[in-house]
Amino acid sequence: MGVFGIFGFGPGGWGLAMLQGAAMTLLVSACGLMIGAAIGALVAWARLSGHRPAGAAGEAYAALFRGLPELLVIYFVYFGTSTLLTGLANLVGYEGFVGVPSFLAGSLAVGVISGSYQAEVFRAAYLAIAKGELEAAVSVGMNRVLMFRRIIAPQVLRFALPGLGNLWQVALKDSSLISVTGLTELMRVSQVGAGSTHQPFAFYLGGMALYLVMTLVSTRLFDAAEARATRGMRRVAG
Amino acid sequence: MDWTFVGATFMRLIAAVPLTLAVWALSVILGAIVAGAVAWMRVSDSKLLQMFARAYVAVFRGTPLLIQLFIIYYGLASLPAVRASIFWPFLRDAFNCGVLSLALCTAAYQSEIFRGALLAVPHAQVEAARACGMSSLLLFRRIIFPIALRHGLPAYSTEMISMVKATALVSLITLWDVLSVALKIRNDTLVTYLPLILAGAIYFAINYVIGAAFLRLERRLSPHLRARPS
Repeated sequence: MGVFGIFGFGPGGWGLAMLQGAAMTLLVSACGLMIGAAIGALVAWARLSGHRPAGAAGEAYAALFRGLPELLVIYFVYFGTSTLLTGLANLVGYEGFVGVPSFLAGSLAVGVISGSYQAEVFRAAYLAIAKGELEAAVSVGMNRVLMFRRIIAPQVLRFALPGLGNLWQVALKDSSLISVTGLTELMRVSQVGAGSTHQPFAFYLGGMALYLVMTLVSTRLFDAAEARATRGMRRVAG
Repeated sequence: MDWTFVGATFMRLIAAVPLTLAVWALSVILGAIVAGAVAWMRVSDSKLLQMFARAYVAVFRGTPLLIQLFIIYYGLASLPAVRASIFWPFLRDAFNCGVLSLALCTAAYQSEIFRGALLAVPHAQVEAARACGMSSLLLFRRIIFPIALRHGLPAYSTEMISMVKATALVSLITLWDVLSVALKIRNDTLVTYLPLILAGAIYFAINYVIGAAFLRLERRLSPHLRARPS
């Protein structure tokens, strides 16, 4: 079977499966990025709060997960949560092994890793807000929620956008490691296709091409988003 | 807690550290050589070389390392042309494939660090050196390299640490590195947390040492930026 047969959409073709795998990759990476955003915002808040123990805990979390191999974190989250769940199930009388869905464990693991980097991105973005803007908001009588919504959040998002674009690509690439838990994302589909057709070179090359398309397109989209978000700002260069 | 089990597990993991470090060191060094070539192409005047360097960086930074590793280890081995070639004795070995794949990937990241560092050298310094009559080699050794080194060092230390983390992927191509030994122990004993936590501690310690060493180096190389002793 030629290359067009393998990656075709007809019977025996892997085209649809590969595209579905790519869609799963996007979905699990997006979930991971969002979990990471929640964790990252929380950690950034802890570090900016001036509360010593909370700040130290946030710093320790970020340092820890940036120092561990991503694959190890994925195994740990997958096996760890499954063992925990099995233990709980056995407590209530259920016998046997309870596995955590690989999508859940995978996006959680990618999120935990991404969160440790996003914390820094959000912290730096907050610190980039001109102090005068916050003072002005207080002086016109905004309460904290309103100030967060109108002044802080829009600017943090604007300043964080380039960093988040990088971390989106990192999440996209890290998501390939979730294949070890059996989630049928692009890497896993490539592996299964390689195994069942005995054409690993073609399948990994095809998978690589799809990953490349995803990263190149998302670079463009983030560039466009950045241009739009900063359209009202004067810039030094570019 | 069974301390003899903890000790035995730890010793088995420590025994795998040399392989992890060997993959790391060899791929980083080989990667630096390739990166030098790619960075040189990227800043050269030839449009063709520039395009090649851009494409290289885009492909290796834009795709997951895991799929690059698999295409080299499983993909190339499946091609009859590769099996018949003179490269086969090299490529049939998982260790070589792991090092090669990691090196090609880090070369893309390192080349961008080199390029950024080169671009940070003020042009006036180069002009001054030329005006004094320095040859290209002397100019590189005395002016460009020392300035570029200081600029590139922080990003380079980050890349070194990511490479330690990247070595964990060779556990998926049959090599007995720290992570795969930890997974084997988990499989054999059904103890989930301990082997992985100990392996994590080992990786963290390695990264800590590398990070600290780079910080020391940075400090030594920038005495002019330090506060005056009072």
